[in-house]
Amino acid sequence: MSKGKQIAISFVSGLIFAIGLVLGGMTQPSKVVGFLDFFGGAWDPSLAFVMGGAILFHAPAYFLFVRRHPNPGRFSLPTKSEITLPLVGGSVLFGIGWGLGGFCPGPGLASIPTFGVEALTFVGSMSAGMLLHHVLTRKPAAESQPAKPSPSGAHPTPAD
Amino acid sequence: MNLEAFTPWSSLAGGLLIGLAATLMLVFNGRVAGISGIYGSAITGSDPAPWRWAFVGGLIAGGALMLPLVPELFTVAYDRTPWMVAVAGLLVGVGTRYGSGCTSGHGVCGMSRLSRRSIVATLTFVAAGAATVTLVRILGGAS
Repeated sequence: MSKGKQIAISFVSGLIFAIGLVLGGMTQPSKVVGFLDFFGGAWDPSLAFVMGGAILFHAPAYFLFVRRHPNPGRFSLPTKSEITLPLVGGSVLFGIGWGLGGFCPGPGLASIPTFGVEALTFVGSMSAGMLLHHVLTRKPAAESQPAKPSPSGAHPTPAD
Repeated sequence: MNLEAFTPWSSLAGGLLIGLAATLMLVFNGRVAGISGIYGSAITGSDPAPWRWAFVGGLIAGGALMLPLVPELFTVAYDRTPWMVAVAGLLVGVGTRYGSGCTSGHGVCGMSRLSRRSIVATLTFVAAGAATVTLVRILGGAS
């Protein structure tokens, strides 16, 4: 595939992704907090439908098309399957931040056009956090790169 | 349960669109639509390939397209102070990079592949998020 086509597909995918996030309710941090508030007596389960809907579409596409593709080397899928401390510890930190601010990365970026204080503050400090991780992990081989291109012909590990 | 705030159909429709977007990325570009990974690798310069910036540009353009159509879907309306949001962003940035993904990469893409790591990560960040929200509510939030 040409580079231009790859860039065009990425843009369109990002565009559709953002429309989905907005329609789904993910760009309302108070709704995210309402979803995560399981025990507050006013639980709003809507956002489970966002993840459910996305999996409902994506899982069949993966299992019926990508997994059966004659040339699996064209898909860069994570091959790791071990449960590691960075995976769990990082997810704990992410979860705390998600509950504290009500934003995760996608909705934060899609909310930039609002120029709201919260969205801009969130994206700014999230970027700083990513740079901090980059600096902290620069010397040893990068531990946290989910989508390294797998060598052509290598079959992705089914578990991850 | 809060039935007034419950939006199962629009949330399901939004989710299906997200699934479509992730499928386009995987089928045509061979890439996982993990937003923290795509954005993080782009801004830190560890892998600033143009397709990453195009995806981020698409996300922002999608927000800009929707904002005038459904401004109410961008309502912030909560009791978090800017300082709490700043700390939240920092934790999300560091955490998603150490944890190799966020709600999109683990919660949607990895869960769809039944990845063991993504299932563990998703359960972990939802539990940590729920614990945090509960704690902030008990402590009275910022108000």
